[in-house]
Amino acid sequence: MSNNVKLKQGFDIKLVGKASESIAKNVEAPKRYALKPEDFLGMNRPKSVVKVGAKVKAGDPILIDGKQEEIKYTSPVSGEIVEIQRGERRKLLAIVVEADSTIEYKEFPVKPVDQVSVEDAKATMLESGVWPLLIRRPYAIVADPSDQPRAIFVSSFDSHPLAPNNDFTLQGQEAYIQAGVDVLKKFAPKVYVGLNGATPSKLFDNVVGVEKNKFNGPHPAGNVGVQIHHTSPIANANDVVWTISPQGLVQIGKLFKEGKYDAKQVIAVAGPKVDTPEYVETYVGASVDTIVASKIKGDNVRVVSGNVLTGTAISKDGFLGFYSNMVTALEEGKKSRFFLTDGWLAPITSRLSFHKAFGLLGSTSKEYALDTNTNGQDRPFAVTGAFEKVVPMDIYPMYLLKSILAYDYENMEALGIYEVAEEDLALCEFIDVSKHDIQKIVRQGLDTMRLD
Amino acid sequence: MKFLHDLLEKQKPLFEKGGKLEKLYYVFEAGETFMFTPPEVTKAKGVQVRDAVDLKRVMMTVVIALLPAIIFGIWNVGFQHHIATGDAEVASFGAQLLYGLKLALPLIIVSYAAGGAVEAAFAVFRNHPITEGFLVTGILIPLVVPASLPLWQIAFASAFAVLVAKEVFGGVGMNILNVALTARAFLYFAYPAQISGDKVWIEIGESAAGQAMATVDGYTGATFLGLAVEAQKAGQPVVDFVANAAHWVQSPAELAMTSFIGLIPGSIGETSALMCLIGALVLIWTKVADYRIILSGILGALAMGVLLNVFAGDMEAVKNGVEGAHYYAYLDMPAYYHLIVGGFAFGIVFMATDPVSASQTSTGKWIYGALIGVMTVIIRVLNPAYPEGIMLAILLMNVMAPLIDHYVVNANKKRRLKRATV
Repeated sequence: MSNNVKLKQGFDIKLVGKASESIAKNVEAPKRYALKPEDFLGMNRPKSVVKVGAKVKAGDPILIDGKQEEIKYTSPVSGEIVEIQRGERRKLLAIVVEADSTIEYKEFPVKPVDQVSVEDAKATMLESGVWPLLIRRPYAIVADPSDQPRAIFVSSFDSHPLAPNNDFTLQGQEAYIQAGVDVLKKFAPKVYVGLNGATPSKLFDNVVGVEKNKFNGPHPAGNVGVQIHHTSPIANANDVVWTISPQGLVQIGKLFKEGKYDAKQVIAVAGPKVDTPEYVETYVGASVDTIVASKIKGDNVRVVSGNVLTGTAISKDGFLGFYSNMVTALEEGKKSRFFLTDGWLAPITSRLSFHKAFGLLGSTSKEYALDTNTNGQDRPFAVTGAFEKVVPMDIYPMYLLKSILAYDYENMEALGIYEVAEEDLALCEFIDVSKHDIQKIVRQGLDTMRLD
Repeated sequence: MKFLHDLLEKQKPLFEKGGKLEKLYYVFEAGETFMFTPPEVTKAKGVQVRDAVDLKRVMMTVVIALLPAIIFGIWNVGFQHHIATGDAEVASFGAQLLYGLKLALPLIIVSYAAGGAVEAAFAVFRNHPITEGFLVTGILIPLVVPASLPLWQIAFASAFAVLVAKEVFGGVGMNILNVALTARAFLYFAYPAQISGDKVWIEIGESAAGQAMATVDGYTGATFLGLAVEAQKAGQPVVDFVANAAHWVQSPAELAMTSFIGLIPGSIGETSALMCLIGALVLIWTKVADYRIILSGILGALAMGVLLNVFAGDMEAVKNGVEGAHYYAYLDMPAYYHLIVGGFAFGIVFMATDPVSASQTSTGKWIYGALIGVMTVIIRVLNPAYPEGIMLAILLMNVMAPLIDHYVVNANKKRRLKRATV
């Protein structure tokens, strides 16, 4: 059984600086790695379980949630804890590990997957650090070990701007993917895989025990939330499903096949400000300092952990987010523009727009070197009918957002809050004429529903 | 331009918190961001890049779509004057345009100034930025009034509309009624003498001696819609009656084309359906206005017009004295005339499509537009008190729009609920 879903709504932001499919040789391995509690949505009370100076192996717990202590957040590399960064009111910001030159792994039991019970599988996953790779919907937070998910969803492709090609980053890891699927099938009766209709991922060609569906269309066709909506939609707050990335499947598969938490990943380094954009092999939570040093040109640059729609700006020696599969570098757009020459009354072709309002003459099919300027200021919602064109779901985004802002629980529920995560409405934030922080509003809504 | 920017930046501390003119910050800010887009960048979390569009550009698109109607309308003020006084052949295009400008430009300036002052005052007192919506409202108001309107009236109307239709609801994006139409409705009910009847639509002007200038033979100051009501009373077919009564058209055959092009008396910007059509194409192509509203509005008006034709009765039978026969001339008017006379074209293109006061859902927009078309024709034809129906039709549907959306969104909720339980 396989569906071929065609999605009309959406928008591909084409940017200069797509990574070519090669692994960079001139990038020095970063020394420092970190876990940032902020990456783990739904974490209540982050607590460090190590002290500065402690020695850890890859897979040793370093962080826990005081309210959910079973889930261990473990070190991606072996080495020494060198810093515990805290912010205002001693809020835990990051736990930093300085890596050994050769990584030592904590050992976990190796057993053929079909002989592992659910309880053992769960215990191993909780202990080793792969558990947070499972995301729970509704709410898009780290999965709760007591959940009984109805199904697990995997999107095989990432349709975000400049996103890495999983067929390249995970090539040769098909066996781990199958093992990961087999483990997850112990938790839920069904595993769904969303394939790109135009160029289906080869990684899943021989993977069995899953239902494969094809999705065609512009971004966000690759978003797992959109795929859930079109395969087996979430009905209510208690209708729990899990999602996981292909990279996550590989890590889980490896854990059971080789008995180690291997946080190695190949990330894309892309964007208009990157010198020869290509891929870099590193570990989860790596410092970007060596990448910046050898790959990023210029001073007036913003480094983003993740893609330009859902990513987070980090400093030039900041750390990759736990879920980030790429680094994007683009120009910081902190400059004024005179209204007649290149401001709001000037015809321009150098900046991308989804809209066709006066003077926006750039074609949407060419690649742009966009900067971070907001191109306008915060205004009340005025334009209607645009959000619907970039959200391929049977949802009225504007009504949903307004119900969130009004703390209208009943309407949030009825209008589909359980079906969305920030990334699913990120394009609305990009195209918004009124320049609202829409992803923040979505998270506010999800938190409201979850906590109240 | 750097020197200008530096100059502005130098003044900025004066308006910022703690500065002497701190209260006027948003007025300063509006001026500065008008000339220089602010150097704001995206936040650390969320989208890192933003679309090139902003509200200023969207509003500007509407103003540009209005330009053909504005220019034609201003020229037509002069043209109507000159054909009324019998020297249309003599006066050059430039002279006609200049005549129109003399009347229209003060209206435009006063409209912007009065409404803008209220807008700025609210920005100062309520501490919110001055928004771009008034860029459009300020030009729409003078376009829907006759050129002869006293300046103090347009000042009142513009200020009233911004205050009552917009600011008391919380400003741009929160209003229920279309702001420009509220201004017109205000004038219509407060000062009917200057915006209805048959004295105001054509500016006759005074001769050098200070007396009203002489008009051509057969001169009438009434608009098409006014004459249509007369035709109804006279029991004669509207087209023939109008062509006969009006000095600005020679034969019934020319009437449709003359009206479509807009060489007829009326409010400054509304007479030319052709210019509105050009504006509509701009708005639809740029997707600033929703084609659904315009299209369904046209279809609604046509459908209602055709439906009325059915009930028009039989003129011949009345003439021949058949018992029980009736004939309603206005009901018998060809339906397409509704699209090209009066303010229908202008209203459906520029007023009904205002995204804030219109329906917000796609399905809702079809219903909203169609009902505006239907209501316009009903008010025009069946209600002799109001010759023009588009203004009231749009205002009524503005009020109804949230209700329409409510049902459309409810259908979505039900659909989603049903899908989930299957």
